[in-house]
Amino acid sequence: MSKPKVFEKPTGVKDYLPHAVAKLRRIERNVLECMRRWGYEQIMTPTMEYYDTVGVASATSDQKLFKLLNQRGTTIVLRSEMTSPIARVVSSLLKETPFPLRLSYHANVFRAFEEEAGRDAEFFQTGVELVGDPSSEADAEVIALAIASLQAAGVPSFKIAVGHVGFLNGLFQEALPGRTEEQMNLKSHLLQRDHVGYREALKKLSLEDSVRGELEGILRLRGGVEVCDQALSLSGSPDAQAAIRQLCEVWEVLTAYGLQDHVLIDLTMIGDFSYYTGMTFEGYASHLGFPVCSGGRYDNLLAQFGRPAAATGFALKTTRILEVVGDDEADENRILIVYTKENRREALLEAERIREEGLVAVTEKEDVLKDVLPGLRAEAAKGPFVHRGMTFDRLVVYGLEKEGRA
Amino acid sequence: MTDNGVLKVAMPKGRIYKQASKLFREAGLSIPEDFDDSRKLIIPVPEANMEFIMAKPVDVPTYVEYGVADIGIVGKDVLMEENKDVYELLDLGIAKCRMSVIGLPGWKPVIHPRVATKYPNVASQYFREQGQQVEVIKLNGSIELAPLIGLADRIVDMVETGQTLKENGLVEMETLFSVTSRLIANRVSYRLKNNAIQALCDRLSQKIAVRG
Repeated sequence: MSKPKVFEKPTGVKDYLPHAVAKLRRIERNVLECMRRWGYEQIMTPTMEYYDTVGVASATSDQKLFKLLNQRGTTIVLRSEMTSPIARVVSSLLKETPFPLRLSYHANVFRAFEEEAGRDAEFFQTGVELVGDPSSEADAEVIALAIASLQAAGVPSFKIAVGHVGFLNGLFQEALPGRTEEQMNLKSHLLQRDHVGYREALKKLSLEDSVRGELEGILRLRGGVEVCDQALSLSGSPDAQAAIRQLCEVWEVLTAYGLQDHVLIDLTMIGDFSYYTGMTFEGYASHLGFPVCSGGRYDNLLAQFGRPAAATGFALKTTRILEVVGDDEADENRILIVYTKENRREALLEAERIREEGLVAVTEKEDVLKDVLPGLRAEAAKGPFVHRGMTFDRLVVYGLEKEGRA
Repeated sequence: MTDNGVLKVAMPKGRIYKQASKLFREAGLSIPEDFDDSRKLIIPVPEANMEFIMAKPVDVPTYVEYGVADIGIVGKDVLMEENKDVYELLDLGIAKCRMSVIGLPGWKPVIHPRVATKYPNVASQYFREQGQQVEVIKLNGSIELAPLIGLADRIVDMVETGQTLKENGLVEMETLFSVTSRLIANRVSYRLKNNAIQALCDRLSQKIAVRG
């Protein structure tokens, strides 16, 4: 590659200009406030972690981790998500704090994507982890909180699809007992969203036709709670049945929250099988081609840090949400104060008073904008006006009247 | 992603379009036969509650991945090469051909093997799996030229009838995989427009089963 031009930055990273930052901060503030009201306390962890601990435990695949070497030659990763760092904290600094723990975060995370537009290498996630509660109530709580958070963020319309990794695990175990490699093969097709490949792989397996039909049928297990009944009749496997019963419980709790209209059951939705251990979910907003949130139950992660515990949580893809949220919020109330040297003290005191009120005051000495001041005055008399790219609601001038200069 | 109910379909211009639109018509969707020849890029098909985006075949998965098209039709060759995060829902069984390794008759292993192809990812992966380290040269067309003029000793390319190969004195050495067109869907559309997409899949798969 040629030497970068001065305006260039590495692929996949972004600058956020004031307008975008205002929006991002608003989303962050509203969502974190929403999470706080549900009893989740915010924590912060470092940007860098050891590869051998957090890096290895993370659900992010190895080639998507940003790796660096420190001065001792130890491999460091830039955090790729917040769940593993939080698992580390819960198992160390918060070791004595009793469960359940409710934690929230807002952080930038890093992924080494292939160089292509639209794939951010650094982006923001806002999320929660509920650690130490294995119940379906806990799963429903994080889904309900995800819905509340999307609403707080201002996402206009969205759906949450909920699935369960235990169902497919149980179903495959029953249909292909002991044939681990074939099970893995089928799962990898589903994980890659390759339904054609999945059906072809099924055709090649030696199976009874009825079993093959059942396994093909799972591609249709999407819809409302009735999907659970269909799934129950598909598989007698205790694991699959237990998974569906859990999903039904989650659905029941969500109904008690009054949220059933936001939720779809989708048993074809596959999270990472090696990471998730129970229900998984994803949120989809209209007008956006990528999911806006994802989450699920991961009961095996904490053990890797020495404090085995059930855990469930989700992350909002805050950077993506930025694209679907409108700019409806009114601009801040800004006041431009112009003063002469003689009235400086008076003007600056007024500015301080305005700022204490929580409004925005910008001060300028009169001689800097002598020529434009009459124009500004005329505009300000009509209403909000623009000065040097910034919109002001009011203009206050100190000290010019008696000299008759403006 | 749109939610006004109209399904946005990324359609490949050219060879595949004719066969795909025929299949759609057989499945009972009223799709005009001839707008492949028109220069319009976005074509509303209100009869089928769809909107066609006429795209270069290799770009179809990109449109679908980003959600500017809900679904798309694309060859397995492009899917294998582009490796996009989309749902591969249906094998349409049209535009049948195969991806093959091709060379001059009597090919013998060379010291520095070079392979020319339009599909560098597919070719690299295949030879790596075969335990061969080869230099892959990306070309954009007339791949058959490469072995004839000594640019590469083998090529990886799509073969439909084998006629072009025969005329140029080349032979098919190995087949990587067979290729047909696929129906793909965006991750979000697949959930939010589930009913429309599933209905389309069902109609198409009935027809495909009849065709065999």
